[in-house]
Amino acid sequence: MTRLPTLLLTVPLALAATAARAAGPDLGAVQQQATNWPAIGMFLFFVLFTLGITYKAAKGTKSAADFYAAGGGISAGTNSLAIAGDYMSAASFLGISGLVYTSGFDGLIYSTGFLVGWPIVLFLIAERLRNLGKFTFADVASFRLDQTAIRLISATGTLVVVAFYLIAQMVGAGKLIQLLFGLPYLYAVVIVGALMIIYVAFGGMKATTWVQVIKACLLLGGATFMAGAVLYKYGFNPETLFAAAVQTHPKGDAIMAPGGLVTNPIDSISLGVGLMFGTAGLPHILMRFFTVSDAQAARKSVFYATGLIGYFYILTFIIGFGGIALLMSDPSYFKLGAGGSFDKLKDMIGGTNMVAVNLANAVGGPYFLGFISAVAFATILAVVAGLTLAGASAVSHDLYAQVIARGRTTEKHEVNLSKISAVAIGIVAIVLGYIFENQNVAFMVGLAFSVAASCNFPVLAMSILWRGTTTWGALIGGLVGLVAAVVMVVLSDAVWVKTFGQPAALFPYANPALFSMPLAFVTIWLVSKVDNTARARRERAAFDAQYVRSETGIGASLAHAH
Amino acid sequence: MTTSYAQGGADPRLARDPGVAAVESDPQFERIIRTPTFRTLVHERTRFGWILTGLMLVVYFGFIGLIAFDKALLATKVGGGTASLGLFLGVGVIVFAFILTGIYVVRANGRYDALTAELTRSLGR
Repeated sequence: MTRLPTLLLTVPLALAATAARAAGPDLGAVQQQATNWPAIGMFLFFVLFTLGITYKAAKGTKSAADFYAAGGGISAGTNSLAIAGDYMSAASFLGISGLVYTSGFDGLIYSTGFLVGWPIVLFLIAERLRNLGKFTFADVASFRLDQTAIRLISATGTLVVVAFYLIAQMVGAGKLIQLLFGLPYLYAVVIVGALMIIYVAFGGMKATTWVQVIKACLLLGGATFMAGAVLYKYGFNPETLFAAAVQTHPKGDAIMAPGGLVTNPIDSISLGVGLMFGTAGLPHILMRFFTVSDAQAARKSVFYATGLIGYFYILTFIIGFGGIALLMSDPSYFKLGAGGSFDKLKDMIGGTNMVAVNLANAVGGPYFLGFISAVAFATILAVVAGLTLAGASAVSHDLYAQVIARGRTTEKHEVNLSKISAVAIGIVAIVLGYIFENQNVAFMVGLAFSVAASCNFPVLAMSILWRGTTTWGALIGGLVGLVAAVVMVVLSDAVWVKTFGQPAALFPYANPALFSMPLAFVTIWLVSKVDNTARARRERAAFDAQYVRSETGIGASLAHAH
Repeated sequence: MTTSYAQGGADPRLARDPGVAAVESDPQFERIIRTPTFRTLVHERTRFGWILTGLMLVVYFGFIGLIAFDKALLATKVGGGTASLGLFLGVGVIVFAFILTGIYVVRANGRYDALTAELTRSLGR
């Protein structure tokens, strides 16, 4: 360990912490410039390269189909990388490796939960979605139901999920750039927000997809190298790595067993439900199925993506353990207290979300640190761009075109509105990112999943799979699921006590999905059952046409003649 | 978006907009639904999909259930080393999910795509 990386890590932090509001001492700034050059260079290279792609994509993006769905011309392989890229967010990479670092085994609970949603998406949703849909999942849910009502609930669900997810990403972005450049947190968040607005507003789905694909390749490559380097240090024997980690970690052998992440059975099952079914309701993931040519390509995308994501989580796990074994006993990665003492779990420079970044320095030196930082930055940009596009599509294609303009609008006008929405969402994301600076990012993603599982997924699944679903059922059920999930989260310990400073949580569990998701399903079923309006009868009768098309794709090819 | 729901009744196969739906059950679709090929396709695929979904649920919530109710079992050491049983099971769940999607894709690429092609041919489109 040279002194250089130590300076690199401590100087910006000290600056950010103590002199953020000052203009910044020249000496410190100069020093940062010199030491951070590889990272800055790689950041800039990625940004310039992706802006080039955005420019090219912008020239080829003319119709609404181009803007929302990349003209339907993405191949299964490319789409699987984009899906995996959307999933391998900074929250996954930094948050889960940080979680493994602090709790060991518990990190696996998130990893498995994040992954097992994919088979469900494949078996029940993906092909039918591709056969029925056009640009957003609301197209599918409203196929035979009332446009206004269903798009209203779908768009609301989308925007709430996007907001929670964006918060997590923006917080990760702020911390990362703060660490690397010594920039104040707010500046970092503003930079990310501005770049994502440019990608989405100019390049649409094409740029968003390619930015995501490039980043997925870089991230998989970087993580593979890092996990490989960790294993190399332990003779490619995971057992030796685990033994070293157990020796170093203050919790000792407890890190190999389930620990404090889930404190009671109900909570762990609820977390599982949220992660598993939330995947099938994430709007930015669902809209990727409209970028491929047909149901076969949608199916293959999920298969490849599941493999890539599973591989990535195994790497993340190794990286987390590598962090324990290689960083914990090295004081240069910690904020030192009186007499050089530090808390291995709490005092890491930049917080435990920075484990992967610090580990990059330990195994590959400052240049690799620069590379991983650039990749993590790219990850955040790519994911927030996807989220922004999903949010903007919900606003323009669902809310504006169908709810406000009632279908009387032009394609050009709709796409322009989508671009304006992207700008607005970007600004909101910056503000939210600033407000939620001190939440654990992986945990925030959990909130997004709960809402996706409790509102978007039930509405989508019931409208596709059950003949009896009516507009009233889907609308009220979706609303109940959404409100239940959000209210339960607000009343839980994480928000009610830690954010609002109330003495005790009113909802005893951290994860609402176990209650809110079944509540949504039951409500949809019950309301649909008692709904005997003329519209409800019409909607049930229209199921046949939807059924044939969702199962076979007959009729879909014409609708997708881009 | 030029058509609205209220105008319904058009054959969705001719519609550019997925929002257009039939007011009444369209006899054309009823006919497709009654064909043996369609019934076989949907019956087999739906059944297979739910079986695999069930397997995934059992495996995953079995794992979560162990975390919830039997932490000690998951802490058991495997082969006298440091790695715990929970670790192997966790990685096992990830691998299982991947294999399950693979099984579905193989079957869908073969059997279901063939049935869909047969149905499309028999409909003369």
